[in-house]
This record gives sequence, structure tokens and C-alpha cells, in this order.
Amino acid sequence: MIEAKENIGIVSGGSKLIREPVIEIEHLFKAFGENKVLNDFDMKLYKGENLAVLGKSGSGKSVLIKLIIGLLQPDKGSIKVFGKSIPDLNHIELDKVRVKMGFLFQSNALYDSMSVRANLEFPLRVRHEKMKRKDVNDLVMEALTNVGLAHTVDMMPSELSGGMRKRIGLARTIILKPDIILYDEPTTGLDPITGNDISKLIVEVQKKYQTSSMLISHDMKNIQVTSNRIILLLNGRRYADGTYNELKKSEDPNVKQFFE
Amino acid sequence: MSNPTINSVKALLKEIGEISRFTGHFITEAFKPRYEFREFFRQCFLIGYKSLPLTGVTAFIMGLVLTIQSRPTLAEFGAESWLPAMVAISIVREIGPVVTALICAGKIGSSIGAELGSMKVTEQIDAMEVSGTNPFKYLVVTRVLATTFTIPILVIISDGIAMYGCYLGINMKGVTSAHLFLSHVFNKLSYGDLLPAFIKTFFFGFAIGLIGCYKGYNSSKGTEGVGQSANSAVVVSSLLVFILDLMAVQVADLFGLT
Repeated sequence: MIEAKENIGIVSGGSKLIREPVIEIEHLFKAFGENKVLNDFDMKLYKGENLAVLGKSGSGKSVLIKLIIGLLQPDKGSIKVFGKSIPDLNHIELDKVRVKMGFLFQSNALYDSMSVRANLEFPLRVRHEKMKRKDVNDLVMEALTNVGLAHTVDMMPSELSGGMRKRIGLARTIILKPDIILYDEPTTGLDPITGNDISKLIVEVQKKYQTSSMLISHDMKNIQVTSNRIILLLNGRRYADGTYNELKKSEDPNVKQFFE
Repeated sequence: MSNPTINSVKALLKEIGEISRFTGHFITEAFKPRYEFREFFRQCFLIGYKSLPLTGVTAFIMGLVLTIQSRPTLAEFGAESWLPAMVAISIVREIGPVVTALICAGKIGSSIGAELGSMKVTEQIDAMEVSGTNPFKYLVVTRVLATTFTIPILVIISDGIAMYGCYLGINMKGVTSAHLFLSHVFNKLSYGDLLPAFIKTFFFGFAIGLIGCYKGYNSSKGTEGVGQSANSAVVVSSLLVFILDLMAVQVADLFGLT
């Protein structure tokens, strides 16, 4: 297995920092019937890091981030986010951890029956219940401005293009200013130009909000633009771990095939 | 019994078990705060107000047709004056609640099944959970309560419209004043006709909402699954309306209200 150098790394901005893990996964197992999706998987996501998890379709990447955010339960193993064991938390405790996490779904998951404004206000209705109307509006407009779509505030999701929907999904993710953002295949289904725009936007968001992020993808261009480190998920395990350039130089055929 | 038969029975029992568990979950969540009043009233508007034209037109036709078709038979016995009372009792006790519930099962059950099914397969329900909202409470509890409380209101309005259809039907051949018509109707209608009919509509509404939500919330297999959810929501809730109607008749009979 190709391993990354532990504990010290370069975070965006160029400074060297002692790495503090925000997500720690150890000996994680998850199977659906006979299909073992994750098989003794482990990884760490450090503060301020942009980590990409690379793997073929059906390799368990999406399952991995759904386990991290508590949408799925693991069969075995430990998942800690900010030191809290996700599988052991009750609904209220899990919700407190989720406040610090944002999730951009592969399908955007915008609420079809709500306008863009209502979509963005939705996470605020529970998390900032007593916030004044004006403050809510300011937050919505700030998030939309950050993704360059302030003019769409009163539009319905059905009126937006695929790339715009993705940006609105990202605006909804960042509205609560999370510490960690999980991206599930953010460029899937987009043309290369729009995909590249989304990749740049992810980097901008990371710089602006100083988030740690974990990105699930098989789009190498997107990974190259957005990530400090890459983990290759193969046969349910962490097969390779390193920077884009480190993995690109690898002679291992399983790694090489992604860079060809 | 052959294997396919055993498997079908097993699947049916499993489905009944799952629906019972879903109902239990609904009861638990319905009484716990936070209460989603805004979404509940929005659903009442969508389910009740938006269904009114369809149920109203159907009820009007129902009252008119029933009157026109019953008249010759009653005329044979010289009992045409019984027409308003006979139609009123038929409509209030049975036809009004059941037909309105069946229309709602088709319109509301399928729309809830398809909406929740599509939300499930496009990860909108997961997104809701991640954003700190309890999706079961927000989507299921509000919809089931909305159907439970709006369908009885729809039935009352439909009964009224059907009676108006009956009044017009009677006046197509002959002249009967509204006062005489209403006195014929209310002289024969008793609480024993109204009460069981009204109470059972709450159960119809509950069943339609619950099955629509259950099918949609447990939808799978992508867009194909959404279609299946909508379809089976209509089939199962329509069937349940008849089963509940049969049970209501038995219970009413037990209390001497038939």
C-alpha cells in the first residue's frame, strides 16, 4: 500500500501545520447482503485538509460518506467526527455533530417543491430557529452570492440548469458555515467546463470558510484542482494514500489506471 | 401449499408487519414536539382545497344520477315522494363517504406516494435529515394528519353538493320546492345515519395518508420505484377504504346504528 506522510502537511494557504484529525475511521466494515462494500477500511481527515476519496463506481465511496454523516450504520468499526463516535450517538447528539458538517449530495437533493430561497432557509429553520427575518435573508443572500447565483433566489429548482442546481446545493451546504464539508461526486453529470467551475468553487469555499473537506469522486481533473491528498479505495480498503503527484508517479497498475 | 403461495403469504404478512411498525412510528412522532404546524396547514390546503373541485363535481353527478335512476323504480310503487330521503340516506351513509374516499385515494394517495417516493430516490429525505429536520415528522406526520382531518370535511361538502344534484334531478321532472325537499331529507335522516358515517371518514383519511406515505417513504429502485409506490398507494388505500367500510358497518350494527 502507498502511504502518505503522517502528522505534518501543507494546508491551503501554504503554511505547515501539525495535523489535527477531524474525522478518524478505523477497521470499518459495511456489507449489503453478500456484497462487502467496506472491508477493514481506515482513514483520517485532518483539519484544513481537502481530501479526495477515489474509486471506481460501486466501490463504496458514497456509502463511506453516508456512514460518516450517520445516514447509514456500520456493521463494525469506529467512525469518530471531532472525537465523537458517530454510530454510538443518539439522534440529538448526532444532530449536534451534523451542525458542524455540510453534505453536498450527488443529486443535489434540492427540495423540488420549494424555491431557492426556501431551500436555503430550510437548514436555518431548525438550527437558527429564533433568527430574525432580516438575518435569515442576509445569510441566504451571502451564500447565494458566494456561489454567484444571487439572482436565482426566487426561482424554483426546476428552472435551473444542472450546474446551477449544483451551485445552489453548495450554497445550502455552506449556509451554516460548517467545519467539514462532504462532497459526493460534485462534478458527476456536468460538462467539463461546468465541472471545472464547480471544482474552482469548492477551492474558493474551502479558502473562504477554512473548512476541511472530503470529496468523493472519480473525476481526476476535479480531484487535481480541489485536493491536497488522495485516498484510493479498492476492494473496500484504503489501497493508496498520497498527494496527486505522488500517486501519479506510482507504477502500481491499480493506481496507474486512474491517471491514464 | 406451493412455494409461490407460501412466499406470497409471507410477503403479505411482512407488509402488514411493516405497515404496523410505520403506524407505531407515526403515533410516537405525532405527539412529540417539534410540531410542524406550517407544513400541516400547507398540506391541508393542498389536500383539501385542491381536491374540492374533483370531489365536488363527482358528488354532484353522483346525486343527480342516483336520483334519475331511482325515480322509475320508486314511481312504479307510487313512492316518488320518498326519493329525497332515499337518496339522502344512500349518500350520507354510504355512497358519499366511500366514493369521496376512493377519489381521494386515487388523487391524494398517488400524489403523496409519488412525491415522497421521488424525494426518497433523489436523496431529498436524506438531505432533510442531515439538515437537522426529522423527515418523518415533517413529511409523514403532517400529511397523515392532514388527510385525517380534511377528508371528513371533503365528505361533508361532497354530501351537500350531491344533495343539490339530487334536488336538481327531482326538479327535472316536476317541481319540488327547496323547503319541501329539505324537510323530506331531514325528517328521515337521524344521528344514527350521520354519526357512524362521519366517524368512519376519519379512518378513511388516516388510511389514505398513511398508506401513501408508507409506500412513498419506502420507495426504492429509482424512478421505476416511484411509479410503483404511487400505483400501490392507490391500490392498497382503495382496498383499505372498503375493508374499513365493512368494519364500520359491523361496528355500527353492534351499537344498533344500522
